[in-house]
Amino acid sequence: MTMTQAPDRRHARREEIQKLASGSERRRKIYSGVGLSICGMFLVVALIPLISVLAYTVQRGVQAWSADFFSHLPTPAGIPGGGIWNAMVGSLIIDGIAAVVAVPFGIAAGLFLAESEGRVAGVIRFAADVLSGVPSIIIGIFAYIALVRSLGHFSAIAGSFAIGVLMVPIIIRASETAIRGVPHTLAEAGLSLGARRSTVARRVILPTALPGLITGVLLAVARGVGETAPLLFTAIGSQYFATNPNQPMAALPLVVFQDGIQAYPDLQQIAWGTALFLITVVLVLSVGSRLIAARLGRVRL
Amino acid sequence: MTEAMTDPRMEKQLGMETEKALTPRPPGNSVMRLRNVAVAFGGRTAVHDVTLDFPEHQVTALIGPSGSGKTTLLRTLNRMHDLTRSAQVTGQVMLGDVDVYGGSISPTLLRSQVGMVFQRPNPFPTMSIYDNVVAGLRFNGARRKGLLDEAAESALKSAVLWDSVKDRLKAHASMLSGGEQQRLCIARSLAVEPRVLLMDEPTSSLDPQATKRIEELVTELKTRVSVIIVTHNMQQAVRVSDYCAFLLMGDDRAGQLIEAAPTTKLFEHPDDERTLDYISGRFG
Amino acid sequence: MAHQAVLEREPLGHARGSNTTGGGLRLPVVSDGLYRASLAAVAALFCLLIVALVVTLVVQARPAFAHFGFGFLTGTAWDPVHVKYGALPFVIGTLETTAIAMVLAIPVGLGTALVLVHAIHPKLRAPLSTAVELLAAVPSVVYGLWALLVVAPWVRSIIEPDLARTTGGTGPFSGPQLGIGLLLAGLVLFVMVLPTMVAISRDVIASVPRDEVEAAYALGATRWQVLWRVVLPSARSGLLGAVTLSTGRALGETIAVTMVIGNSTAIAHSLFSPSATLSSVIANQFTEATEPFHLSSLIALGVVLLVIAMLVNAAARLLVRSVGRQSAVSVALA
Repeated sequence: MTMTQAPDRRHARREEIQKLASGSERRRKIYSGVGLSICGMFLVVALIPLISVLAYTVQRGVQAWSADFFSHLPTPAGIPGGGIWNAMVGSLIIDGIAAVVAVPFGIAAGLFLAESEGRVAGVIRFAADVLSGVPSIIIGIFAYIALVRSLGHFSAIAGSFAIGVLMVPIIIRASETAIRGVPHTLAEAGLSLGARRSTVARRVILPTALPGLITGVLLAVARGVGETAPLLFTAIGSQYFATNPNQPMAALPLVVFQDGIQAYPDLQQIAWGTALFLITVVLVLSVGSRLIAARLGRVRL
Repeated sequence: MTEAMTDPRMEKQLGMETEKALTPRPPGNSVMRLRNVAVAFGGRTAVHDVTLDFPEHQVTALIGPSGSGKTTLLRTLNRMHDLTRSAQVTGQVMLGDVDVYGGSISPTLLRSQVGMVFQRPNPFPTMSIYDNVVAGLRFNGARRKGLLDEAAESALKSAVLWDSVKDRLKAHASMLSGGEQQRLCIARSLAVEPRVLLMDEPTSSLDPQATKRIEELVTELKTRVSVIIVTHNMQQAVRVSDYCAFLLMGDDRAGQLIEAAPTTKLFEHPDDERTLDYISGRFG
Repeated sequence: MAHQAVLEREPLGHARGSNTTGGGLRLPVVSDGLYRASLAAVAALFCLLIVALVVTLVVQARPAFAHFGFGFLTGTAWDPVHVKYGALPFVIGTLETTAIAMVLAIPVGLGTALVLVHAIHPKLRAPLSTAVELLAAVPSVVYGLWALLVVAPWVRSIIEPDLARTTGGTGPFSGPQLGIGLLLAGLVLFVMVLPTMVAISRDVIASVPRDEVEAAYALGATRWQVLWRVVLPSARSGLLGAVTLSTGRALGETIAVTMVIGNSTAIAHSLFSPSATLSSVIANQFTEATEPFHLSSLIALGVVLLVIAMLVNAAARLLVRSVGRQSAVSVALA
């Protein structure tokens, strides 16, 4: 290419490019608008189920709510005045026991992970990952074999075990993150002053990590409260009031499931009412966890 | 697109103000002209009232200490501030006789005529070297293989990259070194045959050797495009530019144009005391 | 200094035994070795738990696998009365419902994520993202109830007739229109998997370096060109991780699917047919399995489900780990 040809070629190219650019401009703009509009529609599509679930649950659930609903025991289909008192107490007991065991266990494991490096920590982390991918019904089967078959009867304790196993990976992960978020300098300062590691953990690390820990625990509890599958063959539900963990017990999600699939409208209404209550509890826990974490976080550091 | 005309009488007729004595009009034609351009972010002014002409087929450097608004000003030229919601650009930015903020030219078309090279090399990581170079052409609707190949070769030659990559055009762009990647980005911008090439501190993330190679090719680019380069390195400005504009952050934390002149004049006998202070290293 | 004040209440030094805090609570000072050992014990116990889970299931499933051999996986009959058990209809059901869910969730999820990151007003970004993530907090059983009592009638009276009309009512659109069945199960799964898909995709897309995005705009690309030609390809592997993770979620979902899938043990031949998945058949039949092989076979189905879910989730972790931002990922993975 000679010296005079190059600029000429460039000019020719520039003209061709500009012609193509301005010629295609309108088409490209239309494609862009259409593409983005479709994506915008998808956003709306994504929000519709949320709105629908909440709207219907509130509308139909509220119709079930009454003083009786929250204080009475279930009544057979067709007989009015039934309630979910036993399920409320049952969920409290089942999830309470699960949390009481799972929370210290999970935080301790999270502490271990946050303080160690290397292969051992990697294995534990991998184990937590694996467990969080296990379908909850499988955990229910495990609890059945471990605590129902062996003891010969269904029980709330077996349900607590299943829910606890479900909660542990969530708590481990949240704890590790929260504890790792505590600045090194704080822990090192404690150790350099001569305090024992357990002291440092108890007095410095855990309190500082508290917001993150609380978030993790509340999220785990919120998840546990709503789980049905693990209870299907452990606590299995009940029409009666029970506080002894060694027997079958009612639970809120079980009521939604068992009454919801019935053909009787009044039982379906109980299901809606319970579903609304369940959503409320889960929402309060989820939102509450964020608020508490934010508030504690502000006060702490 | 017609070539810019800078007859002062014409400007008066069109109602445009000429600048005060501190920024005499550069010799020759102006490829882009700013008139009272200001940029604000969320109400807070970042750059004041700038009136400046950029000479065609020359390298103009925007210099000044950090925070003086050089990059902010540069980005008005190809409407990059459109991407920031809180940004507000006022005044006129003329390309030829068209105000690019006036509505007669769309931002996408504008950017095919005013290209940009960024501070850190940013080749598209999933594309090959060839695909990177012709990416701009494809965006603008060019498909003809002959055109793409010709433009790619010409651009890579101007970026002094052709010989080292011509046998591995299908290789991934991430295989290149930092300096090579930046030259690839330059080639990518050149392939679209813009009239103006904006460069935002293009060598600040490169080692001295790569920097030198890019400075050399910048001066060669003059025949092809008009270059406007932001640099915080005064020596670089002296080495590569023909025309210089000095910006400084004022007490109101907004940048303003202090002086613009041919490079030799600005560095040997600047008109403004603040320019003198800057180039003699009293701050910066 | 905060930490200094806290520690000043501790007697420093080397004495073992109890120490008193300001509040009068006597807590034993634990030596470093014991402290580390007990933490390690907890961690080890945790691993043991998981091993126990897998081993227990495999052991309980063994009779079924031993008796039916490989035919268990390929058998299509599920007949407790005649002691014939085959997993194939449920494997197919699981795969089909998951496929329907993902075919819908991938475009909708990606599109939503793109818009959230690149196209809506910054102030709207956080509330809308939270709204989509809120979908993940709704318990599965509530979705099931809603799907059964609200969506099923709509599917039965509008969607299925429309589909049948436009396609001539053949093949996957044939048969009685009941509302419940494969299609509805897939739709519910789609809704449940969407928050995961959107949350992870959003983070992956937001982490594409701004430099690349600006470079594309600076060449004269339109917004859609930037998203389609630069952002999505750049986010490729992370998005694949999002898809895999969402698939893992869909595979394991039990309750909502059980409530709407109709629970037929035959292989479905139409989208409108009732069907069953590995998890739904377990949920339905477990408490009524009196015949020993029945229970063992159900647990064997559980093992099959476990294997599939674990493989998919392992693949997902490998793909997503390379992307930063822990919190959205842990919300999604929780």
